[in-house]
Parts: sequence; C-alpha cells; structure tokens
Amino acid sequence: MKPLLNILWLGLKEIRSLLSDVVMVVFVIYAFTLAIYVQATGTSSEVNNASIAFVDEDGSALSKELLNAFYPPRFMLPEIITAADAQADMDRGRFMFVVVIPPRFEHDLRAGRNPDIQVNIDATAMQQAGIGAGYIRNIINDRIESFLKRTEESGPKPVQLVIRKLFNPNGISSWFKSVVAIINQITLLTVVLTGAAVIREREHGTLEHLLVMPLSSFEIAMAKVWANSLVILIATGVSLLVVVDMVLKVPFAGSVLLWFAGVVLYLFFATALGIFLGTISRSMAQFALLIILVVLVLMLLSGGSTPVESQPKWLQYLTYLLPARHFVSFSQIIIYRGGGLEAVWRQFLMVAAVGVGFFAYSLALFRKSIAVTQ
Amino acid sequence: MVSSAAPESPAGPGGKPVVSIQDVTHRYGGVVALDGISLDIPSGIMVGIVGPDGVGKSTLMALAAGSKKLQQGRVIVLDGDIADVRHRRAVGPRVAYMPQGLGKNLYLELSVHDNVDFMARLFGLSAEERKVRVKELLQATGLARFADRPAGKLSGGMKQKVGLCGALVHDPDLLILDEPTTGVDPLSRRQFWTLIDEIRAGRPGMSVIISTAYMDEAQQWDWIVAMDAGRVLATGTPAALMERTGTKDLEQCFITLLPEEKRRGHKVLTIPPRAPGKAEMAIEAHGLTRRFGTFTAVDHVTLSIERGEIFGFLGSNGCGKSTTMKMLTGLLPATEGTAKLFGSSVEAGSMEVRKNLGYMTQAFSLYGELSVHQNLVLHARLYHLPPEQAKARIEELVERFGLGAHLEALAEDLPMGLRQRLSLAVAVLHGPQILILDEPTSGVDPVARDSFWELLIDLSRKQGVTIFVTTHFMNEGMRCDRISLMNAGKVLACDAPQKLIEARRADSLETAFIAYMEDSAASTAPPVESKATAPAHVPAAEEPAPQPARTEQSPLRLGLGRMLAYTHNEAMQILRDPIRLAFAFVGSALLMLVFGFGITTDVEHIRYASLDLDQSPESRAYLEQFAAAGRFFEATPPARSADEALRRLQSDDVSVVLEMPPRFGLDFRRGSGPEVLAQVDGAMTFRGDTVEQYVQGVHSGLLRDPASGLRTAVPQEYAANIEERYMYNPTFESIYSIVPSVPALLLLLIPAILMTVSIVREKELGSIINFYVTPTGRLEYLVGKQLPYIAIGMVNFVILTVLALIVFRVPIKGSFLTLLLCTLFYVAATTGIGMVTSTFTGSQVAAVFVTAILTIVPTIQFSGLLQPVSTLQGGAGFVGSIWPASYYMHASLGAYTKGLGAGLIMRDVLFLAACIPILLAISFMGLRKQEK
Repeated sequence: MKPLLNILWLGLKEIRSLLSDVVMVVFVIYAFTLAIYVQATGTSSEVNNASIAFVDEDGSALSKELLNAFYPPRFMLPEIITAADAQADMDRGRFMFVVVIPPRFEHDLRAGRNPDIQVNIDATAMQQAGIGAGYIRNIINDRIESFLKRTEESGPKPVQLVIRKLFNPNGISSWFKSVVAIINQITLLTVVLTGAAVIREREHGTLEHLLVMPLSSFEIAMAKVWANSLVILIATGVSLLVVVDMVLKVPFAGSVLLWFAGVVLYLFFATALGIFLGTISRSMAQFALLIILVVLVLMLLSGGSTPVESQPKWLQYLTYLLPARHFVSFSQIIIYRGGGLEAVWRQFLMVAAVGVGFFAYSLALFRKSIAVTQ
Repeated sequence: MVSSAAPESPAGPGGKPVVSIQDVTHRYGGVVALDGISLDIPSGIMVGIVGPDGVGKSTLMALAAGSKKLQQGRVIVLDGDIADVRHRRAVGPRVAYMPQGLGKNLYLELSVHDNVDFMARLFGLSAEERKVRVKELLQATGLARFADRPAGKLSGGMKQKVGLCGALVHDPDLLILDEPTTGVDPLSRRQFWTLIDEIRAGRPGMSVIISTAYMDEAQQWDWIVAMDAGRVLATGTPAALMERTGTKDLEQCFITLLPEEKRRGHKVLTIPPRAPGKAEMAIEAHGLTRRFGTFTAVDHVTLSIERGEIFGFLGSNGCGKSTTMKMLTGLLPATEGTAKLFGSSVEAGSMEVRKNLGYMTQAFSLYGELSVHQNLVLHARLYHLPPEQAKARIEELVERFGLGAHLEALAEDLPMGLRQRLSLAVAVLHGPQILILDEPTSGVDPVARDSFWELLIDLSRKQGVTIFVTTHFMNEGMRCDRISLMNAGKVLACDAPQKLIEARRADSLETAFIAYMEDSAASTAPPVESKATAPAHVPAAEEPAPQPARTEQSPLRLGLGRMLAYTHNEAMQILRDPIRLAFAFVGSALLMLVFGFGITTDVEHIRYASLDLDQSPESRAYLEQFAAAGRFFEATPPARSADEALRRLQSDDVSVVLEMPPRFGLDFRRGSGPEVLAQVDGAMTFRGDTVEQYVQGVHSGLLRDPASGLRTAVPQEYAANIEERYMYNPTFESIYSIVPSVPALLLLLIPAILMTVSIVREKELGSIINFYVTPTGRLEYLVGKQLPYIAIGMVNFVILTVLALIVFRVPIKGSFLTLLLCTLFYVAATTGIGMVTSTFTGSQVAAVFVTAILTIVPTIQFSGLLQPVSTLQGGAGFVGSIWPASYYMHASLGAYTKGLGAGLIMRDVLFLAACIPILLAISFMGLRKQEK
C-alpha cells in the first residue's frame, strides 16, 4: 500500500513539474499535432509531379497523343527536348524520365512491326522510378490501344487482371505516414521526457533528497514511468482523434482500445529506454547527442520508413528484438487491416517481454548510478 | 540610497578614479540587478565590493570589465567610455577579469599549462614569450607541479589560481576578481591573498577590484563598497565604516548599514548552553572511509555526536564533507568502517533509519516548480503522515518559519533566505531526531543567516534534535557545540571551537584551522600548495617596465594567432571529450551502416498465397508464372477459402492473394477473357504500389511468353515494344542510391551539431567570457573554432567513403577529386549552419535539438533523398534549391553512381563555395562581443 501511494504522489509531482515546463509542453503539443500533419502530408512515395521529357523524333499524331497523356498531378507537363540534350539533362537531374519516340514510329506501328519506345529512367530516384516506370508503361500501352481502336481492329485481352488494393484502396500515403509519424513521436517524446526527468532531478539535487526519504529507487523510477506514459498516452489520444481522424480522415479499421493496450505495453519499453539514457549520460548535452543517435536508429529500423522484409536477413533477426518494429507491425494490423487480438498477440508478447526485461536492467543501472553519485 | 558620488578621499595614490560608474541601472527581465548606481572607484589600491549573493556585485564587475553590455548609464574605465567599441579594444589588454564561479572561464578538459598558454596566445604573446611567461606564473603560484593536470581535476583553490594566472599573463593595470575565494579552503585562501599582495608589490600602480561574500576577508582591504539589493549602502575604508556604525567587525557593520525593514527582528544571536546530563549517542562513525577508484575521498573518519548537539563540519569544497554526510545518511555505502545512528547501523537503503533523518542538501534541492505549500504537502505524503496530522504540522511549521505570506509562491521564486527556511521546514516536517544539513547558509545574507540559526538553536535546545551541519563560514563554526576541521578527506581536529583556538593559541578559528592544515601538510607529504607562502618569484616584481614582454606585431598576424589559438584549443577539447569524440566518428559510421542496411526500397520476397477456385491446367499454369518470378515472389501454402485469404492478409502473413475464378480454364479456352483477381495489401502504400506493378509485370509477361502455356491463338499485333532503360543503376538496387545519398545527411547533421555545441557550450559554461574580455575578433573566434570541425568532417567523409567501398561495395565511378573538393566546401558550409543556429540557442540541449530538426527535415524532405528535387514545386522547390544538401546530394550521386565528370559537378561546387561566406556573415552578425 505504502509503495503504491509513494508512486502515486511522486507521479503527480512529476506531472506538475512537466506542466510547469512551458517549453516542454509546447514541444509535446507541437510534436503530436503540427509535426504529425507535416510528416503525413509532406513527401510521399506516391509518384507526384514527376518530371518528364519527350524526345519526339516522329512528330506524328500518335506521338502528340502520347505526349498529351501525361499531365499533373502525377506527372509534370512534359517538355520537348532534343536527342542530343537528353543525356546532359538527365545528368543534371532535370528530369526523372525521358521518353524517346523514334522516327516513323506511328508508321511502323500500323505496319505491325512492333517499334521500340525507349523510356530512360533515373534509377537513383528509388522511391518513384520503379512505380513511375510502371505508370508510363501502362499509359503508353493504353493510349496506343485506344488510338488504334479508333482506326483499326483490336481483339479483347485473353485474360483480364483486376487488382484490388485492400485496406487503403486509393493508396493514400498520408494514411500510412500519419500513423508512422505518431509512432515515431511516441518513441522520441517518451524517451526525451523520461530521460530529462531523471537528469533534471539529478542536476537539481532533488534525487538525493528523495533518496534519504523512505523511498526506494523502484518507486522513484515507477513514478516516472506512469506519469510520463500518461502524458504521452493523452497526447497520442488527442493526436489520433484530432489530426488522424478529423483532419486527415484516416479510417481506423480495428479496435481503438486494443491499439491503446499495445501502446501502453510499448510505453513501458520507451520509458525504460529514457531512464537508461538519462542514467548513463552525465549531462543534458550528452543526453541530447545520445538521443539523436538512438532514436534515429530506432525509427529507421522499425519498418516505418521502409519494409522490414527488405532488410538483410541477419539484420531482420536483430531488429526482431526491437519493440519499435513490433509496434509498427501491430499498429498496421489493428489500424488498417482491422486485425484482432488473435492477429497481434505475438507482437504484444514480444513488446512486453523486451519492455519488462529492459526496464529491469535500467532500474538496476539507475540504482547503481545513484549509489555512486559523488 | 546612500550614494557616494563624492567618495571620502581614498587612501590610494591615484588621483583619478580607475572606474567611474554613473547612474547605472541593469535589469534581467523584470528583475533589477543594479538600481541607479553612481560610484567612483579609486585607482592604485585594493577595493572590496561586499554583500551577500544576488545584490548586483557580479553585474557591476562584469560591466566594468566590459564583458556585459551596458543597458543604462555610463561606465568610464581607464579614462574611456567602456560602451565604446574602440575604447574597449584599446583598453582590453590592460584589464584582466576573472569571473565568479570556480574556474568558470577555464576549459576543464585542458591542462593547467594549456589554459594559461591559451590566454597568452589570445593576448598575442609570441611562442618564446609564452614559454617563459607561463612557466614563471605557474611557478609563482605553485602550480608548476600540476602543469599537465586537466583543469577539471583540480581543487577549487587551484582552479582559482589557474584563473589568476590566465588573468595576469598580460600584465594588466586593472585586475577585476569576482568572488575569487568562495568555496576555497582557508589555507588556499590565505595563499591566494599573499599571492595578490606580492603581485601588487611588483606592480604598485595596479588597481584591484575584488568582490566577496566573506566580510572578515574584506576587513583587510583599503576601501570597501557595501552593496545590498542593487544599491550601494556605503563606501569608505573599513575602519571608517566600522567607526561610523560603532561596530567591531565588518559583518556587524554591514547588518547595521542595512535599511531598517531588513534589520527588523534581527537580534544578536545568543546560544543557550546545552543541558548537561544524559549522554545518549546520536551519531557514531568509526573508521569511515570512501574511495572512488584510486582516489580516497574520505579517509578513516571517526566521530561521535550526542543527542541534541549542534555539530559543525568545516572544510573547503571537495574535502570530503559531503561524502561523509552521504555515508552517514546511508546514501552512499562506505568502503570501510561503520556508521551508526542511535546505536543501529546505517545500511544503505534502510527505511527505518531514513524516517529518523532530516536532510538538506547543498544548494536548494526542493522542487522549484512547485509552490511552497505543494512542496510541504508532497513531503508530508511521502512520509505518510496521516492527513489530519500533516495539516496541523504544516500549519505549525509555516507559522514558526514565517512562510505564511509565501504559501502559494513557487519555490524557485523565493529569495535565498526564504528558500533555505523552506528546505529546513521540509527537512523537519516528519519530526526527525537527526538533522543533517549540507552547507545550508551559503549564499544567504547575514540577517537571514542569523534567523536561520535561531531556528536551528531552537530545534536543538528545545526539542533535543541532533544537528550535523557543514559550513564555510568560520563565525558559524563558532556557534556550534563542537566542530571538526576537515581537509583532504581527513579530520584534522575535533573539539569545541573555543578549545581549538586555545589549543593553537590562535586569535581566530580561521588561524587555528590554517595552523592545523599546515601541520597536516607537513606531516604527510611534501607541501602541495604551500609554495606561495614562501617568498615566491613573481615575474612582474623584477620587470619595472609596464609592458615588458610585448613585442610589436602586425594586427593581421595577431589576429591569425588568436584564430589559431582557438583552433588549437577546440581541437584539444574535443580530443579529450569521449562522448563528443564518439559522436563525431562512431556516430557517422553507425548511422551509415543503419541507413545502408536498413533503408532499402527494394521490395523483394513478397509473400503471396493463391486461392485457386478452378484447379484447371490453365489456372495452375497462370499461378506457376508467379512461383517462377525469382526473388520477387515467395509462395506460401495456398489458401482454401476467401475467409482464410483475408485473415492471412490481415495478420500480414501474405501481401498478395491471387484468386483464380471458377471456370477460368473454360473461359480462357473460349476466349471470353476471364478475370483474375489480385488482392494487394495496400496498408503500407509504397510497398502496395510496388507489389501492384510487379503483379502487372508478371501478368503481361506471361501473356507474351510462349512457354507459359497460356499463349493465345491471336497474338497481340499493333503494340509498341517499350524498352525501359534504368540509367545509372541498371540493376535498380536501392543501395546504389542510398549509400551515396546518406553522406549528404550525415556530413550535415554531425558537423553542424558539433559546431553549434562547441559555441553554445562556451556560452552555457561561461568560458565565452574569454572571448568577451580579450581582443579576439568575432571572425577570428568563429573561423578558429570552425577549422577543427571541418577537419572532423573530412575525416568522416573518408570513413563514409571507405564504408561505401568496402562494406557496401558501391564504387565511385566519377571524379573522386572533384567530390573531395565538393566535400570540403560542403562541410565548411554545414559547420556554418551550426554557427548560425548557435547564435539563437541558449542551452546545449536546445542547440542539439534545434540543429537536428533544422538540418534533418529539409535534407530528407527537400534535397532529393526521398523525392527528386526536380519534382518539388512552390515553397518546397525553393527550399530545395537553396539548401546545400541538394547540391551535395547531386554531386555525391553523380560521382558515385552516375559517373559524372568534373564539369557536371562544378555547378554544385560553386554553389557550395558561395554558401560559406554567406553563412559566416550571418553568424558574424549574430555573435555578440558582450554579454547581454
């Protein structure tokens, strides 16, 4: 009973301290509103405004037709360049795609000679090049087909392929990015808040003060865990409701309660990480440098930026130990695919196991560090 | 206000005042630090500015030194207006300023020698001059033996001496020392004053202005300025002031000088004797020892303290007082020995002991962001006082400690004296039997100190509370029942203060303490710091010329010298700071590996399941083509029902399900164009889009492929053959794009953060004062600090290139030399960005986060890492077109993957080169040469 009360009182103090830190409060609010919106709507992996140019050596009605088939928002209006400039313009990065229509193209086509169209792709623009090239291929094929249909015969296709995209039928990237952004902010902010609380207490000497009272280091750490988790949880809830649901209009397919249960499990790990970093750094400045490295690595490897399956196998085994990866995974399952507990229990278990293990380790370290503070 | 526009004729020889302050007011936010002060400080003598903390002493001195920007009024120093830049520059080499705080203007990572040498460089001494001068000064101050020790590992007294060496290195005419002896042990303090006396003897014309909170110290000086609450209370010789107030010592004199309302309620403290009789032991320590590594902080301390006794612990900073206390409270386990409270042993973590204990840590350790009442309530709760009892107890304490008027005020807004009373109230809240107080009164004015002691005496005599207190103040030591003198981890003596004085036949406790310290130093080791007590060789004494060691050098050379001094200094610092060093080198390599392995847009091994509702040869032939698509698709067991298929998509088991409709084979043979349904997981949009393209690709491929067994009788005539050329990266593997792009991010992020930290760190820790008070120009300062980080950036480039070549096997196809040149300009520009962010951030934490966000976001969003610059429009396009990372990214991709020659990268080189002077100019304008 007494330990629970201690944890309660200390946690309330923690929340009061946080609320009186205006800069931190503004930072939290910004991180869970505007920052999410910007990240969700900023860049997209969708092909958007792709720069394209044509080398039209044919000058036929068909080549004009093809040229007119590319327009915003997916593509910029194509520019006409000469064959001689094509290489230099691509070298300079002016265009991502250059389509070369050879002389006598329409003529050869009508003669059934299957003429070549060359599509030059800047393959260093990884995110857009592959998908964009696919679009270009489809657009050209469709246009040629419909152009010829008006004049010639063309039989039906032997097999029709119907592609149906589940869970995000229109492929709106802000659906995905907004949730990844929330996940990233949860990681960053929880670590910053908890770690800063530990360091602030140490720098101001109040930690020592607590330690001569009848309190255990477990109670002190636990109070930080629940208080900071609660703040983050509320911020997450508000962000989900206001930014994700009301502004970005992302549908939530699964159970909100289930997802929040998962978030609580993850927060256990994130606060433990905050206590760990706050304990090993000697000053706020060192803490800040460490955070940049640790959080950046967590974000990059969690599968939120690029799919986990694309990582080399050995790295996938390593990232399997990262709760952030399972967090991203179960969030996708619950939020988009509407999966229930039976679909996510493995991830939940892994997050909880790593979280508790790491918390125990951080607590031991924390206890040791306060024993030797000079 | 007792202004002294016409000071009593001072004893000094100088006719003109060395510093004349005319109607100066200074504010920090809403707080008035100096309130319309006018004061003439006579030259050629030793002037003391006395008063407790926070009355404006430091502000006054910083203004006189020209390190702080004047807000209102006029300050004339050495016959010129200090607000005038030209005068400051001209007079700078004649003024030396040592700011408050132990070693605040020192570089803690640098050695003693390097610190002094750095100051000598800034004042333009040549290499030979420096060698001689630094050696002389270190010998004179007894620091020669410690020349190679990092300043951070020195005791407080030694740090102050290093600071003094730095100040004296250029033979100043005006020496300004701000609280040079606060926190320094009595022996070092005495040595320090001896040293100053000797230096003054050698340079009779030199004026010295010193501030102090120790009134007894100031009693020896020529002329005193007593200050309180931003105003001057009185000026004059100590004797004249004491005569005027009819007091015997300066402390009493100061109290008498205070305005009426502050003195109210103050009475001369009387200490009733302790009731004799029962001698229960409250605290017993036996052979208490604590070592940190090889360093022995506390060395066999044995104590026994009776119940109700006030026991004082006297000693300097770092002598082991606090460590001893922590062992007594159970905060720190003892390496050796035992400690007992009321007969039961203190084990680290024992809850019973803690309930009997009240503790007040050094400095203020309550929650400043909570109100007075909230602090009290929190502690009552943590000690589990029942609510009724807690309420009564809090009311009682508020009444007795006079906190009633401040209940709702935030603890951090309270003045020092009140804060300490609140701390004490919190410490006694639960009615402990033992109170342990670590320097409870440092920084508190004499009146508040006396009222604090009244409370302590009351607790001890009326309630039988045992009080264990440490202090710097000798007069507080006199109030204790018994004291123990501590130095370097050892208790030198322990008895009633009067008896200690008698035992040494000394005139005061301080003299007795010094005598004990000298004995102990003589008996143990060769004297450590006592060199200065012997007639020291003070260089200035032998050199009559006012500016003996200065040869004329051209201004340009001097400037270059100062710049390189900063370069050298910065390089040494970073080499000795493991965390920053690791961040500089390990950080970039780590991130490169994570990016290179972790970020890949290659979508491969897509897990798919088939749902074949037809099971005809045709449907099997169709599905066969996906299984044969190599690394792109990975088959999983077929789904048996639509439900199962959906469930597997939901739980991310598969990313695509291919559904062959019933009668597929039949419809195909009939030529009626059956539909195949591909359900693609679109949750992760990029992957979904790519999977869609792959499915489409396999589908159109199999229709043309005669081997598929699905080739229809009617070939598709009249179709164009689309030939896709993946330029620069024919295999279309993301590693060839990611690996060359990542350096653009890392060579921006890491040099910018390190650069900004290096400047903001100086602001935060205080060593930027060296820039304020030396003739160093802004450009010299900036470029000097920038050079080491450019070098670090280039080393990073080499590391990243080696990783790219060896680990990721991404070769450089284009011109390496052009890329090298480009990198040089790029890191010069990125460190420039760090400089710019340092101009508007105040703390290191803010600097790191602001720089990280300001550099990462535009680099990822607008410079082509994710989205080609050519596709950006409007604001994003504009940012992309001026952001240096866009150009470097182009150059790096060009050199690695595209194999571009020098000509095509030249535009990037030129742009980056143009960024350097622009960023430097912005930083130049944003950097202040004075503190605000």
